[in-house]
Amino acid sequence: MSESTTKQQAAVQTTGHAWDGDLQEFNNPLPRWWLWSFYVTAVIAVIYWFIYPSWPVGRGWLEGFATITYQVDGKAEESRWNTRAKLLHDLTESHAAQRQREFMGKVAEADFSTISNDPDMLAFIRSVGKGLFGDNCAACHGRGGQGVVGLYPNLADDDWLWGGSLENIQNVITNGRQGFMPAFKETFDPQQLDDVAEYVLSLSGEAPDSIAVERGKALFQGFGGGCYYCHGMDGKGLPSQGAANLTDKIWTIADVDGQKTLEEKKAVVKKLIFNGVQNMRKMPTWKGRLSPTEIKVLAVYVHQLGGGQ
Amino acid sequence: MSELAEQTLYQKRIPIYPRSVKGRFRNLKYGILVLAYGVYFLLPWVRWERANAPDQAVLFDLPGRHFYIFGLSAEPQDIIWLGGLLVIAAMLLFFVTGIAGRVFCGYFCFQTLWTDVFILIERWIQGERPARIRLGKSPWNRDKLVKMTATYGLWLLTAFWTGLTFTLYWGDAPALIGQFFSGDAPFAAYATTLFLTGTTFVMAGLAREQVCTYMCPYARFQSAMFDKDTLIVAYDATRGEGQNGRRKLSKELKSREDRHAQGIGDCIECGYCVQVCPTGIDIRNGLQLQCISCALCVDACDAIMDQLHWPRGLVKYTSDTAKAGQPTRIIKPKTIGYGVVLCAAIAALTWSIMTSASYTATVEQIRQPLFVTLSDGRIQNTYEIKLNNKVTKKVTFKVEVDKLPSAELHLEGLKDRVTLNPQQRLRVLARVRMPPPGIGENQHHYEFVITPIEGIDAPPVREPTVFYTP
Repeated sequence: MSESTTKQQAAVQTTGHAWDGDLQEFNNPLPRWWLWSFYVTAVIAVIYWFIYPSWPVGRGWLEGFATITYQVDGKAEESRWNTRAKLLHDLTESHAAQRQREFMGKVAEADFSTISNDPDMLAFIRSVGKGLFGDNCAACHGRGGQGVVGLYPNLADDDWLWGGSLENIQNVITNGRQGFMPAFKETFDPQQLDDVAEYVLSLSGEAPDSIAVERGKALFQGFGGGCYYCHGMDGKGLPSQGAANLTDKIWTIADVDGQKTLEEKKAVVKKLIFNGVQNMRKMPTWKGRLSPTEIKVLAVYVHQLGGGQ
Repeated sequence: MSELAEQTLYQKRIPIYPRSVKGRFRNLKYGILVLAYGVYFLLPWVRWERANAPDQAVLFDLPGRHFYIFGLSAEPQDIIWLGGLLVIAAMLLFFVTGIAGRVFCGYFCFQTLWTDVFILIERWIQGERPARIRLGKSPWNRDKLVKMTATYGLWLLTAFWTGLTFTLYWGDAPALIGQFFSGDAPFAAYATTLFLTGTTFVMAGLAREQVCTYMCPYARFQSAMFDKDTLIVAYDATRGEGQNGRRKLSKELKSREDRHAQGIGDCIECGYCVQVCPTGIDIRNGLQLQCISCALCVDACDAIMDQLHWPRGLVKYTSDTAKAGQPTRIIKPKTIGYGVVLCAAIAALTWSIMTSASYTATVEQIRQPLFVTLSDGRIQNTYEIKLNNKVTKKVTFKVEVDKLPSAELHLEGLKDRVTLNPQQRLRVLARVRMPPPGIGENQHHYEFVITPIEGIDAPPVREPTVFYTP
């Protein structure tokens, strides 16, 4: 075969060295542009140093000339580019953030009946509400709104001390509430206390009818105890006072469900009547800490947790 | 050694000016070129009626997270289909390469197709190979300036249209092109177009064979699929060289008989096969990594042989075994292996697409709290139902619970049925209430039944779940 003369590319050179007589090394030269592209990457690295934060210098670093603006509490701030500022920027300016704002605007304008009949809006509120609830409410009411018996009401059931409509819930979150029940330690003697507790338990079927229940009923519905002022003649409570419905199966302060025998149940109810509810049920006001729209979102979120009215 | 002086670690690109050639493989390649360009440049303009999306047959809607390919609508969770498609493409490449060598490189690769078009432009403006070589060497003058400007301008236009067309696959083409030229298109559209304009111009206009030789990984790993039966473009050295090598045509060496009598082969050293080669190699040196199997040298040599009225096939498609005088095997373990995997991948992808559900429904229990006691003493569990309507029609679903007697279902904000807009995704809160069952298990297994009742005809989804009681 003849040597190719026209195309040097095809020819394989050796480096010209020979070891052990005949051991040679091929020289397959790199294309020249490859070298140039390497130089270009080096130049790009230098340009990068000028734009973005790069080298550590003493206690600081080269900050770069690129700037970024971001929002903090609605105020625009500008700083040299860094990943933290970029995150803050994205939290308010990203596509997702803009979409969220757009949806929040819709929620702000809609009334409660529109919201509760729009599954799309409800799904959005469940997402946003979960975050808001977790940040602001879960510390007391628990992650899922289940509350703590004796301290914080369960929001995941269908019992509402202050009313279970959306407007009621919104009102409670906006203005806060203080649960109160006077102590009856001065009013009732031990026998009367026992009778009233027996009657209260009988209202929700925890205690059978007896003479003690009859005596308790007289005290509850009469001037002797005066319980009916707040809990009503039938014991169904009064949402305007935050007075509990005693005829249902839900116990928010006295842990009746946690007790086994009637005597134990009676003991926890008696203790509650004896001491009352004072300085232990404080729901703070959220007006000023949350925006009206956020409160609206939370009202709908809490309403749908277990079943509002 | 005198060569040492010229030796260098870096090599300057030697410009290649391929001569034009006519022949069957060239015609085949032009056919494929027209077909490929037709598909690529026209596809974004093909319309396809859709209820709630742009009427574009092939549309990859990234912001909307929907990928439309004619009647098929894929979603991000169908990414496995892309995986399947890539497996099929890879296996098809292996399969074809095992049998017929670098067919993809020579006929179908976009680098080859676009380089072909750029060379056509170059030839149209600057003329045939000798004229182009002259122009390349000539000092800068008015003629050269005009011709080079025209060439580069047309290249740039082609590159731009290529980049813009690619961008049009990602948005509604007629609307996007209007926005593009009025300055209202998204930044990504300009960036993509600019980037692809640049790469097309550089790769097809300036880098050309350098891409195949130095950048392309396929060129390198295709050698792993080669064997002695693989089809390659090769020079028949026995016939071309004879016993005493090749020689130009001359008075004494004109007819085949004369040449054979003197031990001279059929190669007349016209150099045509070298001049047409787009990667600038001499096929007579044997199989080389630069060879993209484009078969233009076959056309060139055949043309010369036809002129001389000698038999064709001095440069031809053959294989190492055929050159050694044995029959080329097509069916061999490698082909069978790749073939089986290829068929399996095609079957799996087809099956997956054909049986893909028109909607999905899942039920997830809200686990905090697991259950609550209601004021009437019943127990309540809460669930989140995720519905995804994948078709471009409104669909109404009926939601029921089964195998949980005396349970009551309540959907937040809804009655017992949910209507989803075309391609809508929705999460619905479902509450299930049931009287406490007394003593016994505190876990009750049952099912949610979600039935499409309007819009599509599909079987119901039964989602097993658990009801917890104290």
